[in-house]
Amino acid sequence: MIRNPRDLQRYTASERANHWVVGICFILLALSGLAFFHPAFFPLVNLFGGGTWARILHPYIGVVMALFFLVMVVRFASLNTMAERDWEWVKRVGEMVNGDDHNMPVQGKYNGGQKLLFWGLVLSMLLITLSGVVMWRSWFSFSVGMVRTAVVVHAAAAAFMIGLIFVHVYAAIWTRGTIRAMLYGTVTRAWAKQHHRDWYRSMTGDKN
Amino acid sequence: MALQSLDIQRRSATTTPAPQARETTEIAKLIDVSACIGCKACQAACMEWNDVRDEVGNCTGVYDNPVDLTENSWTVMRFAEVEENGKLEWLIRKDGCMHCEDPGCLKACPSPGAIIQYSNGIVDFHQENCIGCGYCVTGCPFNVPRISKKDNKAYKCTLCSDRVAVGQAPACAKVCPTGAIQFGSKADMKDYADKRITDLKSRGYQQAGLYDPQGVGGTHVMYVLHHADRPQLYNNLPADPSISPTVALWKGVAKPLAMAALGLTALGSLFHYVMKGPNEVSKELEDEMERQAEAETEGERENAR
Ligand code: HEM
Ligand code: SF4
Repeated sequence: MIRNPRDLQRYTASERANHWVVGICFILLALSGLAFFHPAFFPLVNLFGGGTWARILHPYIGVVMALFFLVMVVRFASLNTMAERDWEWVKRVGEMVNGDDHNMPVQGKYNGGQKLLFWGLVLSMLLITLSGVVMWRSWFSFSVGMVRTAVVVHAAAAAFMIGLIFVHVYAAIWTRGTIRAMLYGTVTRAWAKQHHRDWYRSMTGDKN
Repeated sequence: MALQSLDIQRRSATTTPAPQARETTEIAKLIDVSACIGCKACQAACMEWNDVRDEVGNCTGVYDNPVDLTENSWTVMRFAEVEENGKLEWLIRKDGCMHCEDPGCLKACPSPGAIIQYSNGIVDFHQENCIGCGYCVTGCPFNVPRISKKDNKAYKCTLCSDRVAVGQAPACAKVCPTGAIQFGSKADMKDYADKRITDLKSRGYQQAGLYDPQGVGGTHVMYVLHHADRPQLYNNLPADPSISPTVALWKGVAKPLAMAALGLTALGSLFHYVMKGPNEVSKELEDEMERQAEAETEGERENAR
């Protein structure tokens, strides 16, 4: 693609790399986790070298994800605080889903939906990490009562998180011109002005 | 023990029916606690037949030896000293897998065929399919399965499924010198238990009775207890065991519910795209940016001149 010097930088190389480490870990964790969760998905363990390998690897991949996820949270938390206009945006999200974003309230770097998604992911990751440690028999031995609670929490939070990521991925595909932001870091000015006008203004100095 | 596919009734992490052409008689082992002298011949026979050897441990001040079930000790005599009617009673219970009709271990297991239940009622672990996750431990209401530190596989009493398959009694039943361990069809074992209970009642144990807990659909290892009203006396034998509600939730409604929710989210996204189309950047804004860019290059040219 031809580089356009007028494009706006949305993510640094290090932010993008951080995101993809988390993303790859997530995919591996979801595939191996679903294999344990439902017999229909058990054959997925073959991607990891069999059931025993999937069982061994899953928690270690989880630890890597948890660490990189934490770094992302530190980087992005302050950009994701919910403000009045974000709630307004969430209330009117139906219009946008229906295909008309003309009357949506003006948004900063992230819109209300992205911010809620961010906090949903933070909450699920926290629950998943804590419960995952309780279930990890190679290193810990918690009481059977705690492990029983942990498996339900882990499975429920993981299913919730996988659902959130489906929405996250679909939103990126649906909103054309978005995926490049996470691939090589830039977006077009038109994209920025349409979806994140306040961020566009702060990046360009444009008053419109 | 593998290779008995026709006799299998249930298989872990398997949603289609098992082969059911043949039917075998439902069996049971009956442990008459009132006749047990605590000699541990059954423990020795279990080690011998199954060829497992535990580490020689240390005396902890009680007769229990080893002190707990392990991957190498599939049965352990548990000694309890209780005072009943002003007299000391030494209640000795042979602990091990109860071979539940509704086995929590099997329900919890995520690996197809790692735990199977034969149509005769025996619940068996097939270590070659075991992935070592320990879910069976969370499923069992009797705290039976043990994960080996060496190979991370789960182990427990097989009820000598290999012996039973060829018409033999389990090793422990075979060696018991007092006849405290009986083996046969479940119906026969219940009849035998009735006789023992009548006898115990005639000797003043009014609460004598059979332990065949219905919370797990009954078991294929049953106890005759002198105090059937208080199973807890026997080293905390659970009074009314059942699969934990959290495990039932996790392995019950949670599975189809989560799958349906995820499936609908994925399909919903696809159909949204197909029906509403993508969220493109508007032509208007793109043209505006085009004009801005042109104006900028124009301006630069002016400056250069
Ligand atoms: C620090 C992070 C994590 C740790 C320590 C962890 C640990 C575990 C452990 C120990 C198990 C049991 C199987 C085994 O022993 O391998 C498990 C199962 C599972 N994990 Fe994780 N995990 C983590 C993150 C995740 C994430 C991010 C997901 C979601 C994509 C996930 C999804 C699952 C699922 C669905 C199961 C199966 C639960 C069931 O059997 O119902 N895990 N995890
Ligand atoms: S006692 Fe425990 S290990 Fe034995 S069949 Fe019942 S649930 Fe499974």
